This record gives sequence, C-alpha cells and structure tokens, in this order.
Amino acid sequence: MAEKLVIKKNAYYDSVTLMAISGKITATAGVIGAIVAMATPLNKELIENLGMLTEEVETLGPNDLVIAIKADSQNSCDEAVHMAEESLTQRAAGKKGNKEFNPPSIASAVKVVPDANMALISVPGAYAAREGWQALKNGLHVMMFSDNVSLEDEIALKRYAHKAGLLMMGPDCGTAIINNVGLCFANVVAAGDIGIVGASGTGTQEVLVLVDRFGGGISQALGTGGRDLSEDIGGIMMLDCMAALVRDSSTKVIVLISKPPAKTVTDKILEQVKLSPKPVVVCFINGDAAAVEKAGGYFASTLEEAARKAVSLSKGNISQAGDLDERSLQELAADRQSKLSAGQRYVRGLFCGGTLCDEALHIVKGKTGTVYSNIAKQAEYKLTDPHVSKQHTFIDLGDDMFTVGRPHPMIDPSLRLDRLVEEAKDPTVAVILLDVILGLGSHADPAGVTLPAIIQAKRIAQEAGRYLEVIAYVCGTGKDPQGLVSQEQKLAAAGVTLLKSNARAAQLAAAIVAGRGDKA
Amino acid sequence: MSHIDELFQSNLSVVNVGAETFKHDLVSQGTEVVHLDWRPPAGGDTALVAALDKLTGKETIEEANAKAFDIILSAHPVLVDIDTAVKVIPRMTKHTILHAGPPVTWERMAGPMKGAVIGALIYEQLAANEDEAVSLAASGKITFAPCHEHDSVGPMAGIISASMPVQVIENKVHGNFTYCTLNEGLGKVLRFGAYGSEVIERLKWMETELAPALKAAVRLSGGIDIRSLIAQAVHMGDECHNRNKAGTSLFIRSIAPYIAKAGLAPDVVARVLEFMHSNDHFFLNLSMPACKAALDAAHGLENCTLVTTMCRNGVEFGIRVSGCSGNTWFTGPAQMIQGLMFPGYTMEDANPDIGDSAITETMGIGGFAMGGAPAIVQFVGGTVDDALAYSNTMHEITQGENPNYSNPNLNFRGAATGIDVRKVLETGILPIINTGMAHKKPGVGQVGAGIVRPPVECFEKALTALVERIK
Repeated sequence: MAEKLVIKKNAYYDSVTLMAISGKITATAGVIGAIVAMATPLNKELIENLGMLTEEVETLGPNDLVIAIKADSQNSCDEAVHMAEESLTQRAAGKKGNKEFNPPSIASAVKVVPDANMALISVPGAYAAREGWQALKNGLHVMMFSDNVSLEDEIALKRYAHKAGLLMMGPDCGTAIINNVGLCFANVVAAGDIGIVGASGTGTQEVLVLVDRFGGGISQALGTGGRDLSEDIGGIMMLDCMAALVRDSSTKVIVLISKPPAKTVTDKILEQVKLSPKPVVVCFINGDAAAVEKAGGYFASTLEEAARKAVSLSKGNISQAGDLDERSLQELAADRQSKLSAGQRYVRGLFCGGTLCDEALHIVKGKTGTVYSNIAKQAEYKLTDPHVSKQHTFIDLGDDMFTVGRPHPMIDPSLRLDRLVEEAKDPTVAVILLDVILGLGSHADPAGVTLPAIIQAKRIAQEAGRYLEVIAYVCGTGKDPQGLVSQEQKLAAAGVTLLKSNARAAQLAAAIVAGRGDKA
Repeated sequence: MSHIDELFQSNLSVVNVGAETFKHDLVSQGTEVVHLDWRPPAGGDTALVAALDKLTGKETIEEANAKAFDIILSAHPVLVDIDTAVKVIPRMTKHTILHAGPPVTWERMAGPMKGAVIGALIYEQLAANEDEAVSLAASGKITFAPCHEHDSVGPMAGIISASMPVQVIENKVHGNFTYCTLNEGLGKVLRFGAYGSEVIERLKWMETELAPALKAAVRLSGGIDIRSLIAQAVHMGDECHNRNKAGTSLFIRSIAPYIAKAGLAPDVVARVLEFMHSNDHFFLNLSMPACKAALDAAHGLENCTLVTTMCRNGVEFGIRVSGCSGNTWFTGPAQMIQGLMFPGYTMEDANPDIGDSAITETMGIGGFAMGGAPAIVQFVGGTVDDALAYSNTMHEITQGENPNYSNPNLNFRGAATGIDVRKVLETGILPIINTGMAHKKPGVGQVGAGIVRPPVECFEKALTALVERIK
C-alpha cells in the first residue's frame, strides 16, 4: 500500500472536469482510491475518508488543487499522479491553443460579447446566486444548473428577473431548449409549435423525446427548477414562462410539467390556464385531473400522456408506430411471468433521472400498493438504508447522497452498476427496471457502460436457477449524439426488454409482478 | 416588448459560467459561447464574499472611485528641482533613514536592506565602518520609516538618508510633491545593499557633482514633463519599471541642452552625460516618483476602494488604499519572483520581492504595460502573447484606462489604471509586477528578473477594513 499527495495552489478547475479525472484514475489498475479535487471543506472530508488529510491540506482553500492517490504500490501512485497531471495540462494546453479569451467575470464577458443574452451557470451552489445577480444585472437571462442555492436567494433572483422581464430558469434547472438550441441536458428534437415549461429536468426530457417520436416538434422548452411551484416561490417562473409562450407566435400548444404543486400555486397557474388563448396540457405527475379540466386545460397524469395530448393538439393526429397496446403488454407480461420462479416477486427500479424514477414509482405503486424508495415523501416508505433494497424498491441514483464527490449518474451511469449486480443476487427480485438517458450533456455511451453489469446480473440469476427480467427505457432520439438505435441494440442483444416510454416500461414491470403475492 | 420575447427572436449567445462540457455542447450546436475563466470569489472565503457583496454596486463607492480615477489621470508630474533630502522631504532628520516598502524594524530587515542601511550610515559619516553602523542601527537612535510615509519612493532597498540628493517632482495639477534619489546604476550599488568604498565614493560624487549639475539644468529648463516622457517611452517599448532604455534616452535628450547651457566645466558635462548614458535605469527614479505624485493626490478619499500604493520591503508586501487614509498598511509576506536567473545564480540566492518600484504597476505601467514592452518579455521568461495577456487581464481589476499611457500593441488601449480591491478579490486576479531580483546577501546586486504578484492577504485585509469604513 502506498500514498501520494500533490498540491497545486491557486489552480482552479471546475468540478465536472475534476470528477471525470478522478473517475478515470480510480478505474485504473492498482489504484485503491483517488481524489483530484479543489480543497473545499467537503472535498477535504473525502480526503480525510481516504486517510490522507494532512495539516497542509487542512490549510488549503477552494482555489487550491489536491491530487490524493492511494494505490497498491508506489509505482501505481506515481503513474496515477502522472495521469492526473497529464489530464489537467491537456485541458490547459487545449485552452491555450485555440487562443480564445476567457474573461474572469460576467461583467467583463458582456463587454467582449455585447450581444450575449444568456448566462449558463453551473458553479458550486454557494457561489451560484452571486453569479446569477451578476447576470441579471447585466441584462442576461439565466439558466442556473447549480443546486444548493438558498430559497431566499431563489426568491430574490426570480422576483428581480420577473420585474426585469428576464428568464431565471433554476436553480437546479437541468434542461432547456431555446430557439432550437439545447442547454445542459437536452435531447435533440425536431423544431415545431409545442412549447414546454418544466419544473423537472428529466420530465421535460421525456416529453421532448416522446413529442419528437410522435411526430411533433418543439418551439421552446423552458425550465423553472424544482422548487418554483412551492408555496414560497409561488410559481413565479412557471407563470412568466407560460405568459411568454402565450405571446410567442411560433408556439401553438403549451405543456406544463411538474409534480403536483402547492394548492395556492395550482390555483394561480390554473387561473392563467383558464385565460390562455392557446391549449395548455398540464402534466402534474400523479396529480388531480378535475381541477385542471375545470380550468379548460388538458390533464395528463404521465409524461407520455402529456406528449401524446400535445402532439394531437398540434397535429390533429398522432403516429403510434411501434407502440405496445394494452393487450400486447399483458401478453408480454404473461410470457415473462412464466419464466419466473415462485419466490421472485419484486421490482427494483434503478434510475438516473429523478422524475423518471418518480413517475415509474407511482405507476408500480398503483398496481402493487407498497413501494420503498430513497425519494419517498412519506416516512413509512422511505428506505432506512438507501443502499439496501426492500421488497419493491425504486432508487433515484441522482439523489445527493449518491453523488457526493461524484458526477451525476446521467454523466456517469457507472454509479449504479454495483447496485444492479447486488440486486441480481436477491432471489426475491423478479424485475430490474432501468432508465437510459441520452442527449446533450449525458454520458457518450450509457448503454455500453451498463452492459457488463446487466450481463453479469443475468448470469448470476441463471447460475442460481432463476430468470431475471431486465426492462429498460432509452430516453432519447435518433438525432441525439449517442444514437437511439445503437443504444437500444446494445441492450437488446443482452436480453433486455425495451419499451417506448418510461411509463410503458413501468407498466410492464408492474404487470409482471402484479399478484405475485408481495405486500408481506 | 419583454426581454423574453426578444430572446425568442434573437440568436442565442451564451456566457458559460462553470462546467466546460456545457460549452462544448453549445459550440457543437453552432451557438456563440464565451466561457468564463471562473474561480470562487475571494478564494471562496464566505466572510470575504459577504464583505464583497456589501461593497458591490454601492453608489458612494462608485462616486469616490470615479473621483479618484479622475485625479490620477489628470495629475501632471513634472521634475522641478534636485535638492538635498533633509531640506525637502517632510519630517526628515539627520538620523532618519527611509526605506522601501511598508514599515519594518532593523531586526526584521532583509539582507540587501540591512546592507544599504549600513552604507547610508557610513555615507552620512554617522558610522565609520560596518560594525559601528550595525550597532548604531540597532541602538534605537536611528528613525526608520517607509519612504512612502514621507512622500518618497526608492527602488530595491529604497534607502534615503539626510544628505542624499533627491529629484523633486511636482504634481502641477494637484500641487503635491514627491521625492526620489538619483539612480546609481547596476552592479555593486547601495540599493542592492552594497556598502563598499566604491559605493560610498559614487554616492559622494553624485552628491557633489552630478546633483548640482542636474539641478542647474533642471532649473534652466523650467521643469521636465515626466508624464510626457513616460507617455513617449511606453510607445517606444518601455514599461518604465524593468525597462527604462527609451525613458532614459528621452530624458537625456530633454536635459542635455540645459546641461550644456548651465556653464559647467566640459569634463563635468562629459561625466554627467556619460553616467546617465551608462545607466539604462536612470529614468526609473523619475517614473517612480511621477507615478507616486499622481497616486498620492488620490489617497485618502472617503469610500474609495482603489489602491494608491503597492510596495515591498523584502520581508513584507504592503498596500495602501485610498479609502483608508494616512498610513494604514495592509501587508502579507513578500513573494519569490518567478523568472530568469542571471548566469551563476539560482533561486536559492534570490531575496523575496523588494522595493517601491511597484508604484509603477499601481499607476498602470510596469507589469501592467508589458504588452507594449516586448523586449522585456524574454528577459522575464515569457512570450509576447503572455505579455499581451497580462496587459489585457489587468483591465479586469482596474477602474479604467489611462489614455495618457496607451499601448500601441493593444490598439492604443489606455493603461489599466486604478486597481480596485473589490475587483481583485472578485476575480482572484492579482496585479502583475515585473521586477528585478536582488541577491539575499547585501551588496551582491541583481541576480535575475521576473514577474511576481502581491500576496492576496493584502487585499483581503484591505477589504475587511473597507467594510468597516464605507458609508
């Protein structure tokens, strides 16, 4: 066992770059643990966990870079450090080579590019509000990918943006399409006349993908961040975005996507739905249809339904090519059931997308009664140890507790591989349900990364005399950089059952396990 | 029309703050993106960030800074006289020794500064030899004080003693005066801590022959416009800190006719002209007090966050900020200079950063103007692109541009002037200083040159103090 610690003062790198480097090094043979990170209090804790916190490291600040390597030999340590330094200088050299000027502040950037109109902010949460103010004060619209921004800051930023007639998308806004340009995690979809306002990133992605598949197109897809529809914020951005889409001549149909909001906020939104001259599809996942319909809106309880309704409003008809109808879904379920052993009763959902997890969870819950999860609102359904499943379990691997010091599973889906294999060992598991998210920002080959674990999981079950059903939904389009067809083919070749929407995938999972005597 | 409606009608143009991958995705979609070289403000210190937030966008500060900037730009430094230090420098006595940088006691002084103090005491005949000088310096009978606290500046050790001749600069617009010794040349010289007999003899010659000759010439000339000489010198490849070839030449050209007219003996005229000609840095001791004259006029303005002094004593780096009037110093450890060593020397030989010459950077020239001084670039171990980048980057931490000192290589963009404590901490960009390296032992001389930045503590302490004071 050997250790090596390298410190580079006043050398700032963004966390995404560093996590990618850490990941690459950790995966190298001989390396036991590797942290390449700025010396933030949190990262110092990680270094401490690695047993490598020194007095010097303790004195460092978030502008100082630390490379901490633990490996089986001094040789491996040296190689790992070399690899880290190489990755870092490649970035620096690349930067120098293309001769672009990188201003240090937003105020300076708008001087360089006077027609800049949008700030995309993804700095650590503690600094994000500050940059948000800089952007708004300089007349820029904001998309804030950063999370861990205080509620007070979010309220103040959004109120200011509202008065100034600017977009304040986020904090914690992961997906948007403005003028057919995808920002952060967006799928590449056809242009069209459907405008989306989403409080959920993967929820918006699912609607984007399905609208595209059903033959529709997108005018704008705006994000609000997950907290916009809370009582405190009162849906400021959802209302502003919706009003903007009402004014936008290229938008014909409006889709709103959120978890069911607070009552007062629902009322405000439905008031605006009532006044809208354009049809509004309201997708409050697992929400109540009556109030929406009373306000003249089109209610959708699933993301698929929202996409379907939006496209039929836009086109007057809808292509359903390749979709499973209810009967063939039941037939497929019966076929899978026939392969299962008597003790196999449960679904284990392992999700990269938070809203996809939430939607699937509610669908399975509707059929089976009880589902445990790390994102359950009610305490009785919350897993005591999120690393250990219990009966029907749905895990959102994008939850903070899994991502500390690691990239989000959409960027690095390898986060769920160990868990996938673990679930396969449980003789009570009948179905493993996965989402595979494509698009800009996502991993370059999420199916390929997941494949070895799927094959291993199937083999583990087979060796124990069981059949393990793995169902996946690939949320993506043929135009996405990863390519839908090749991603699906990889999974299909490993015996994965593929469905055409997240809701469908969950429905099949539910149909397979329904009535297999669970609940105890 | 709401800005959102405008956005839907425009091409998306994005400022990317944070993860670089998002930039790449936008570029691949053909969208215009400018990626920030972002780092946590104020080194990520939450208390400082809060202080910074308090001082951001404050009307009173903006007004004060605009006023200070206006004073700095409108200042007009002119060389009006040469005189004896004790006669012109305020509160100067026979037993006063002025030194470079923020206050420092004899015990803590760096090697070159101690050597120069010894030399000055011998020169003043207060001590006969090194031993006497050392015990006198330690006796408490000598008053040590920063040049800056006496309207003066000095390069390297920056030692000024009572009988030394000083050049007198008058700021014709604001009426204040500043003082600086005459530059002795390179090699074994007092400012690098040498105190051998040849050093003392040279100082005596400067006092008895050089200074009176120049005094007569300066008086005849009616004053030499130093602002104008700096403006021309920066167009001729000087940055007026580490390169003064053009400035020195221009000065000789300006003063020579009056030296000729001053009725001096021909051999005196020859020695005076030869001395100036043999010393490329002669002009440094004029550009420094000229910069100080402008900056002093802007010192002590309430609510002003602009830096009026940056200097080093070889142990500590110190800054003064206009809004903290008088001699309120904000200090941090002097840094090691990064650059090229002269043959035969290593980094081991170098003393940390020393001298008042960073007053040039405070004024927007020196390292700030490197983009216009390509000849110096190799000397300090960089490329011309680096130099242009330094000059451009300094605009991120300054109040504005000084059209008096413009840079031909940057399309005559004015020098980045008026270092704002807030902007330094906000961006994490520290001022760039282009400087010589002194040997850490007294009297060896210059061992290299390079670039250095102030320790960030100076600015952090200043910000904390400003938060208390600003209304």
